[in-house]
Amino acid sequence: MIRIVSFFMDLIDIPMRHAQRYLRGHSIAWVFLFPNLVLFGLFAFLPILLNVAYAFTGTDNIMLWDRTYVAGENFAALTACSNYLDANSCELDLFWRSVHNTLLFIVLQVGIMVGVSLVTALILNRRIRARGFFRSVFFFPVLLSPVVVALIWKWILQRNGLMNAGLEQLGLERVVWMLDRNWAFAWSVFLSVWAHMGFYTLILLAGLQAIPRDVYDAATMDAAKPFRTFYRITLPLLMPTMLVVMVLALIKGVQTFDEVYAFTGGGPGSATTLIIQYIYETGFAGAPRLFGLASAASIILALVLAALTFLQLKFTRRNADG
Amino acid sequence: MADLRLKNVTKSYGAVEVIKGVDLEVAHGEFCVFVGPSGCGKSTLLKMISGLESITSGDLYIGDDQVNEVAAAERGLAMVFQSYALYPHMNVRQNLSFGLENLKTPKPVIEEKINAAAKMLQIDELMDRRPRDLSGGQRQRVAIGRAVVREPRIFLFDEPLSNLDAELRVDMRSEIAQLHRQLGNTMIYVTHDQVEAMTMADKIAVLRSGLVEQYGKPLDLFNDPANIFVAGFIGSPKMNFIQGELQGNRLLLKNGESIELPEARFHLKDGAKVTLGIRPNDIAPGSDATHGLNANIKSVEQLGGDSYIYAVSDMGDNITVHRPGQVNVSVGDKLLLEVDVDTTHLFDTETGLTLRKNRTGNTSEASAQ
Amino acid sequence: MAKAIDFLTRTRGHGKLHWTDWFTYAYLLFGILLMFGPVVWLVMSSFKTDAELDRFPPRFLPYAAQTVELEGYSKPLPLYKVVSGELAGETVAQVRRIGLTSQVVRLDAPDQIVKIGLKDREPIERISIATENYTNLFSKFDFLRFFWNSTFITVVATVIMLIVNSMAAFALAKYKFSGRAAVMAMVIGVLMIPQTVVLVPLFIVTKELGMLDSLWGVIVPGAATPTGIFLLRQYMLTIPDEILDAARMDKASEWKIYWRIVLPLSAPAIAVLAILAIMWRWNDFLWPLIALSRSDNFTLQLALNSFQGEMTTQWSSLLAMTVLTLLPVALVFAFLQKYIATGIASTGGK
Ligand SMILES: Nc1ncnc2c1ncn2[C@@H]1O[C@H](COP(=O)(O)OP(=O)(O)O)[C@@H](O)[C@H]1O
Ligand SMILES: [Mg+2]
Repeated sequence: MIRIVSFFMDLIDIPMRHAQRYLRGHSIAWVFLFPNLVLFGLFAFLPILLNVAYAFTGTDNIMLWDRTYVAGENFAALTACSNYLDANSCELDLFWRSVHNTLLFIVLQVGIMVGVSLVTALILNRRIRARGFFRSVFFFPVLLSPVVVALIWKWILQRNGLMNAGLEQLGLERVVWMLDRNWAFAWSVFLSVWAHMGFYTLILLAGLQAIPRDVYDAATMDAAKPFRTFYRITLPLLMPTMLVVMVLALIKGVQTFDEVYAFTGGGPGSATTLIIQYIYETGFAGAPRLFGLASAASIILALVLAALTFLQLKFTRRNADG
Repeated sequence: MADLRLKNVTKSYGAVEVIKGVDLEVAHGEFCVFVGPSGCGKSTLLKMISGLESITSGDLYIGDDQVNEVAAAERGLAMVFQSYALYPHMNVRQNLSFGLENLKTPKPVIEEKINAAAKMLQIDELMDRRPRDLSGGQRQRVAIGRAVVREPRIFLFDEPLSNLDAELRVDMRSEIAQLHRQLGNTMIYVTHDQVEAMTMADKIAVLRSGLVEQYGKPLDLFNDPANIFVAGFIGSPKMNFIQGELQGNRLLLKNGESIELPEARFHLKDGAKVTLGIRPNDIAPGSDATHGLNANIKSVEQLGGDSYIYAVSDMGDNITVHRPGQVNVSVGDKLLLEVDVDTTHLFDTETGLTLRKNRTGNTSEASAQ
Repeated sequence: MAKAIDFLTRTRGHGKLHWTDWFTYAYLLFGILLMFGPVVWLVMSSFKTDAELDRFPPRFLPYAAQTVELEGYSKPLPLYKVVSGELAGETVAQVRRIGLTSQVVRLDAPDQIVKIGLKDREPIERISIATENYTNLFSKFDFLRFFWNSTFITVVATVIMLIVNSMAAFALAKYKFSGRAAVMAMVIGVLMIPQTVVLVPLFIVTKELGMLDSLWGVIVPGAATPTGIFLLRQYMLTIPDEILDAARMDKASEWKIYWRIVLPLSAPAIAVLAILAIMWRWNDFLWPLIALSRSDNFTLQLALNSFQGEMTTQWSSLLAMTVLTLLPVALVFAFLQKYIATGIASTGGK
C-alpha cells in the first residue's frame, strides 16, 4: 500500500520538477494551491454567484439560460407580509413559520446550551477524579450522526417507550409526544442540546483551564468567597470564550436541519420546520422545484451567517491576541 | 585558484539592505570563518552562498562559474545548520542517505559512503536511532555526517556549535578542525564567537552590519587590526581603549598625563583625536612615567598561572591587565601602569581606522565610510 | 468497603466532602445516565424480539418466551408455569389463547388439551438475544450496499481532502509568495459560505459536472475545507524552515519536501483532521439527501432515514440498523477519544 502511494507520489515529482524550473522561487506555491483553489472556485465561489443569479430569475427551469429575469420578485414574495409576527398574514406563510420556528429554536437552544455547557465545564474543571473519562462522557453524543440521535430519542419517546413508562411509574398519563406541537418542538430543542453540548463544554473547559492558577490563589489570599470568585474572576476571564461559544452555537443553530428533520420531519404540521428544511423542500423536495425562491431564501440566510461568522472571527482573533 | 568568489554582493529585504556589498575570495581547501556580532548578516551571507537566499546584486562564483541563478541543490555544496535541522521522522541512516538518494546514487555506493562517514564521525552505533533519541553532540555529528556523505565542494557551517555545552563545544571544535585536515575541502564557518574563529580559521572575515570590516589570517587580524571594531572584537580579554589628542609624538590624555608614542610605527598628525588600543598583555605595573598611566585597582583575579587586574584610569576608562604568573597587588591600590608602546595600536577616533605604518599581512578591509 | 467509598469520594484536595462535592458527583452520575443511557437503551432494545419490543412497560434486558417443540404441533409452543388451580406447579405449553382462557397441554401428554385461566399461568422466559434483527438486515435489506456506499464516500473523501488541503496548507505555511494574503482571505471567505447557503447552485454545478446521483457527487463538492487548511497550516508553521533548507541542500525537489518531509512531520495534525473528516463524512446527511436519489446509492444515514418512514412498525430492524450505524463511530471514539477532543477543541468545529 505504502509502496503504491510512494510510487504515485514519485510520479507526480517528475512534472513538479519541471514546474519548479519555470516558476522561480516561491511561485511554486501556486502549484500546490491549484487543486484546492479549483475546488473552492467550483463549489464555493461559483455557487455564491449562481445563487444570486437564481434568486433574481424565475420559472422552474433548471438551466440559467432558460430562466426569465424577474428582478426582486422572489424576495418580494418572501417578504410579502402584512404582519411579520403572524405567519398566516404572509404570502409564503410556510417560510415565515420556519423563520419564526428557527428564531425560537435558536433562542432556546443557544440559551440552554450555553447554560448547561457552562455548568458542565465548571464541574469538570473542579478537582474531580477521572476528569478525562467524564469529559468524554459528555462529548460522546457529538460524534453520533444526527439521524442516529433522532432515532435514539424517537425510540425513547414513542408511545410505548421508556419515557411514557417513567410517567406511568409516577402515576401520570402517557403522552403521545410526537403528535403534540409544543412537545415536539421542546423535544427537538432538547435533542439538539443533548447532541451538541459536549462540544461547547469542551471549548469552555479549555477556556477555564487557561485561567492561570495563581489568579485563584490571589483571590484566596484576598479572602474571596467561592461565589464571589466565580462572579468577579471566573466569569469575566471566561467571557471571551463564552462569546465565541455563543456565536458558534448561533451559527450552527441557524443551520440546524438534520437531527430535527429526521426526528419530526418538520411536523406535526409545520411545528418544527426550520429554515433549512424550508429551503430544502422548496428547492428539491417539492414539485415544482422553486429554485429561485430557495436561492432567495438562501441569500437571506447567507447574509445572517456571514455577519455571525464575521463576529466569530473577530472574537476568536481577540481571544488569540489577549 | 579561488574556490569561492563574491563580487560586491548585496542583499535587500524590501527596502532594508542587510548585506551591503561584500567582496571575498576563498581559496581551495581554506577554512574560512565569518565572525561578527549577532544580526550582522553572517547567516544571510552564508545562505546566499548556499543558494537558499537569492542575491540582490553582485556576483557569486564557485570555481569559475557564476552561480547567482543556480538552485541550491545544483551548487554542489553542503550545509550544517545551527539547529542541526535533522529530519525528525527519519533515523540516522535515513538522514544520511536522503540526499544521496535524491542524487540517484546507486544503493551500494550510498551504503559505502554512509558507513565510511559514520565510522569517521563515530556514529556507527547510532544508525537506527531517531534524532530525538540522540544527545546534542550526537545530533551535531549526524548533521556533519549528512554534509560529509554528499562530498561537497564546499562545506557551509552556520553556528554549528552554539547549541552545545561549553565542554562539548571545545571538543567539537577540534574535531571539525581535524575533519577539515582530513577532507581538505573548502569550509565556510559562521560564528559569533571570536575564540572559535581564532582557533579554527585559516582566514577570518569580520562582519559588521552587512560589511566585511577586515579579512585575513587570524594572527594578522590580532596583530594588525584595521580599525577599532576589529581590534575590539578579536582577542580575549578585550583590547583596552584610551582616548586622547596628539601633541607632536605625545598622546595627551584628558587629565594632563601623556604617553610618548614611537613615530616609526604610526602616522602622527598634530592635534588629531586618536584612540590608543592596548592589549591586556601589553600593559603592566611599572615605573616608567613616560609611557605610564595612573589607575585604581578595582578587582584582581589570581588564577595561579595567570593573573588579571581590573583597574580604572583617572579618566574613568576600564583597563584590563593580563600578567603571566602571580602579581602582588590588591584592590584599592593606586598603580602606575606602563604601556608597551612597541605593540600598542593607534586609531583615528573619528574614522576608527588604524594609524599604523608598514601594515603587515595581506589583509583586505572595508574602506572608510 | 469503607475504604473504597473513601477512595471514590475523596476530592483531590484535602479534607471532608463539601456539599459542592456531593453536587458535583451527583451531576456527573446524572450526566453518565443521560448521555450513555439512551444509547445503552437503544443497544439493549435492538436485541429484543418484536413481541418484547411491543411490551409496555418495557424491560431493560431482552427476554424471550421459552418454547418447546411438541409432536403434532407445527410451531414451537411457549412454555408456562401454572401458579394456581388444579395444575399448580406444573410446566405446560400453550397451544392457543382464546379470550381469558388459555388452552395448554402437559409436556408428557401433548394431545390432551387443558383449559386454564390466564391469571393461573406465568410465562417462562429467559434472556435471549434476538440476533435475527441483525441477520435480517443482511438478508432482507441491502445493508451491505449502504454500508459500502458510506465507507467508500468516507474513505475517498477523507483521502482527497487530506491531500488537497495539506498541499494548500504547505504552500500557505512555507512559501512567501505575492498573493498569499489574498489566498488566506479567500480561505476565510469560504469559511463564510457553508454548504447550507448554496444548496441550489451546488446542486446545479454538481449536475453540470455529471456527478449528480453518484457517490462522486457527494465526495467532490466537500473535498476542500477551509478548516482543514487552517488546522494543517497552523501545525506546519511550527516545523522549522531550517529543515526544509536542509532538504533543499540535499537536492530534494519542492514536491519531495512536501511529501517526504513536511507531510510526515505533520502526522499528528493529519491524524486529527483525518478523524474529523471521517466523522463529518460518515454522519453527513443534508448534501447526500440532495445529491443522491436512487436508493442504490444511499448512504447508511439516508437509508436509515428513509426506512424510518417505511418501517414505522418494524422497530426491530430499524434499531439494529441504528446500532450498526453508530458502531464505527463508537469504536473510533473508544480508541481515539483523546485525539478527537483536542482536535475539535483546536478547530472550533467545522
Ligand atoms: N527574511 C528576512 N526579512 C527581513 N529581514 C531579515 C530576514 N532575515 C534576516 N533579516 C535581517 O537581516 C539581518 C541579518 O540577519 P542574520 O544574517 O540572520 O544575522 P546573523 O549574523 O546573526 O546570522 C538581521 O537584522 C535580520 O533581522
Ligand atoms: Mg545567524
